[in-house]
Amino acid sequence: MPQSLTHFTATSCIGTGTDAMLDSLLKQRSGLERCAFETVELDTHIGEVPGLDAQALPPTMRGYDCRNNRLAELALLQDGFLDAVHAAVARYGSRRVGAFIGTSTAGVLQTELAYRELEKGALPAWFEYGSTHNAFSIADYVRRRCGLQGPAVALSSACASSAKAFSSARRMIEAKLIDAAVVGGTDSLCLTTLYGFHSLQLCSPRPCRPFDVARDGISIGEAAAFALLERLPDSLDRGAVLLLGAGESSDAYHMSSPHPDGLGARRAMQAALAAAALDPAQIDYINLHGTGTPSNDRAESQAVTSVFGATTPCSSTKGATGHTLGAAGALEAVISALAIREGLMPGGVHSTRMDPTLTANYIRVNKRAQVKRVLSNSFGFGGTNCSLIFGAAQ
Amino acid sequence: MTLRAYLDGVGVLGPGLSGWQDTAAILCGRSTYAGSPTVLPTLTMLPAAERRRTGRVVRVALGVAFEATSAAAANPALLSSVFSSSGGDGDICHEICQALSLPAREISPTRFSNSVHNAPAGYWSIATGATLESNVLCAFDGSFVAGLLDALLQVQEGRAVVLVSYDLNYPPPLHAKRPIPDAFGIALVLVPEATPRSLARLDVALTDEAFDTMREPRLETLRASIPAARGLPLLETLALRKKARTIIEYLDVARAGVLIEPCR
Repeated sequence: MPQSLTHFTATSCIGTGTDAMLDSLLKQRSGLERCAFETVELDTHIGEVPGLDAQALPPTMRGYDCRNNRLAELALLQDGFLDAVHAAVARYGSRRVGAFIGTSTAGVLQTELAYRELEKGALPAWFEYGSTHNAFSIADYVRRRCGLQGPAVALSSACASSAKAFSSARRMIEAKLIDAAVVGGTDSLCLTTLYGFHSLQLCSPRPCRPFDVARDGISIGEAAAFALLERLPDSLDRGAVLLLGAGESSDAYHMSSPHPDGLGARRAMQAALAAAALDPAQIDYINLHGTGTPSNDRAESQAVTSVFGATTPCSSTKGATGHTLGAAGALEAVISALAIREGLMPGGVHSTRMDPTLTANYIRVNKRAQVKRVLSNSFGFGGTNCSLIFGAAQ
Repeated sequence: MTLRAYLDGVGVLGPGLSGWQDTAAILCGRSTYAGSPTVLPTLTMLPAAERRRTGRVVRVALGVAFEATSAAAANPALLSSVFSSSGGDGDICHEICQALSLPAREISPTRFSNSVHNAPAGYWSIATGATLESNVLCAFDGSFVAGLLDALLQVQEGRAVVLVSYDLNYPPPLHAKRPIPDAFGIALVLVPEATPRSLARLDVALTDEAFDTMREPRLETLRASIPAARGLPLLETLALRKKARTIIEYLDVARAGVLIEPCR
């Protein structure tokens, strides 16, 4: 059974809320800029959300103060999202609405800052482990902020985290344990990921160029994106966005490199198609994982063409948003929903000379056309893969 | 709404608890609890190159996972997996935060790729060849039930699942902020239909009843201080081999009621 994406919102470097994001997508504007984050000295570009240092949390949530929860707060305030969640809580009861939030690093920046202030070997008193550092802090923030009393969990499978949040929430709604869920992801800039990806030589010094012949790595971004996922109502507006299927797989190959032929990615896409009972030809647009590393894009292109052939339009929006890691799946789920609602296949930015060995039909210019169904890919370290299929109610 | 599964295999590791057979004997009162520090297994099933890269957290998680799958006579390659942990690899987290507080800010690339919360799940799939879905969760002190629910939901869709719930003690200074005393892990192989190996049938539902505690005070200390050990009352009920219901701690507003009916 499909579920309904009744409401959705996203905040990233290309916009706070979906109106601003759509405007950036329509103008093919990138939010990537030379890294000037905190005290970081790295030759790279990042996708930073402006104004987070000044973002206040409500008084009841003060113990949760950290960059990650501020980003979530800013995002929750957009698009009337909190109101939509409160309406769902009123409709179903707070115990029947869950929270499924993906993150890779939660508020670890807070811990990094605390380690600079060790006194006699102890962390400073202001450092709150449970409400900022622990992966659950973001799910706990969202459920308390939204007034939810249903099951709540953080999903942390690296860069597939928030795509997998949709899959877990879907299972729980299907089993009738809950009627609705706030599903999404939040990851914010921190030194662990900036210096960590740099140590693996996976960060490009330039804005990332997915599928470009000279692509040389990722640009790290930050984002919070949320959807209200609900059991299918009795009647649906035509054009309402649905989650049609999810597919997951594991590479069983390597911790930080994808299977060279994209076998795991292929299985995830095939599983999503099977779950949605769709043929590959019924997918109008693919939002790629498309990180801009040589090996990821090669493996993904092979996987895509092995399932869909070389004609289905596809692109990566990470040239615009950067790789928002654990939030990428949810951010790109919202982009997929916008693609359906607006009839927009967003062209990938920054890529100029396409890699001739990558045979997937990568589009660099926005295409306006009816978009009935979108497949969105998210893959992560540890060889974990998740593909989601969204579609318009017919 | 009740979620049903059959429990085919158990793995346990913790302070004074080494394997399901020994643990069951302690939990049903046939032997006394000694409470000695957790002894981590050596993962001979991992390729040597991978074994060198793995830390304590992988040894705990994969140790109990292998115990459970071998007790269940299940081929791990054919199982879905759910890994659930409150803190993941606290050793690596500490090393990275420490390195980032120094001027050079040099992080080891291997440490960084192992720092992801899903590192044990990644090593599990590499070690076993498991290519099905693998979910990695955290719900702070409620991580055991969060994992149990997700695993049971997969069972409802017809899949056999290994649930692995594990936690590690942090080194200082993080230990003072999150005082988990020692390494602990529980693994359960959960399947949709009864098999000759099935130990019990589980029927699980959310409830707001008060959660159960352990009768033995030192085991109760464990239960209350390690998120993965919140599952101990389930193991105790299982060890007593009588049909009974136990309530497991989850969130402030939700608990899991687990009805356990022995199969043999």
